[in-house]
Amino acid sequence: MTYLFAAYVATWVIHIAYLAHLTRGYARLKREIEGLNKKR
Amino acid sequence: MKRAFPIFAILTAGLLSYGLYGALVQAPTEQTMGDVQRIFYYHVPSAWTAFCLFFVNLGASIVYLLRRNPKADALALVCAEVGVVFCTVVLVTGPIWARPVWGIWWTWDLRLTLTLVLWLIYVSYLMLRRFSSSGQTPVMAAVLAVLGALDVPLVYFSIWFFRTQHPQPVVGGGGSIDPRMLHVLLMNWLAFSCFAMLVCWSRYRLEILRRQVEETQALESLLEAGNSR
Repeated sequence: MTYLFAAYVATWVIHIAYLAHLTRGYARLKREIEGLNKKR
Repeated sequence: MKRAFPIFAILTAGLLSYGLYGALVQAPTEQTMGDVQRIFYYHVPSAWTAFCLFFVNLGASIVYLLRRNPKADALALVCAEVGVVFCTVVLVTGPIWARPVWGIWWTWDLRLTLTLVLWLIYVSYLMLRRFSSSGQTPVMAAVLAVLGALDVPLVYFSIWFFRTQHPQPVVGGGGSIDPRMLHVLLMNWLAFSCFAMLVCWSRYRLEILRRQVEETQALESLLEAGNSR
């Protein structure tokens, strides 16, 4: 059972880590857009 | 389109939950391996999803090479990135299954080695996209994607044509599987495919937005340089 849970947890850790990376990228882009709007 | 995204996300969450329930509860316990065999319901659908994403990457790369369409280039990048995530799941869950069943985490078996090579090819593709500043980067990446995709059928058919330690195919290839197990397997593949589409959708929108911001920043810099003269 330990191996089974380890595999399922590892799968979701990988997916959640990637989704967190995407969210950080989106937040950075949003800041850049705000920066561009301020310049104008 | 804005409304479709949350509906699709809810549907995908439902499918993933049902898939998990099927894998842990609905599917019968395999007689030889016991519960550890249930890793198969995440490992195999992740592999199939990764293969599909690499094929979409191949198609988009060919379209880019033929027509220089930037949207095809963005789609190729997105599919490679999400495909690498799914391939990582395959390479992590495989050894977790192998340890209790084979007694070892890893062996340089043909299927395993080719899967690792496939992962390395697409990681190289992403590194090329990330670190090359040449204007020809999308073309070089597309060529690499076309050559890299040749490894996908090699990985898939390696257990059909060669004697390997990896289990033989249970779907097609003469293998047999309990219909309840097959149902759970296909349900999880559908769930992971929907999840991959959802992630690709978000990543594609992010990529298009990133390119627009970069173009605007470049234009702003040009305007500033022109004004300062």
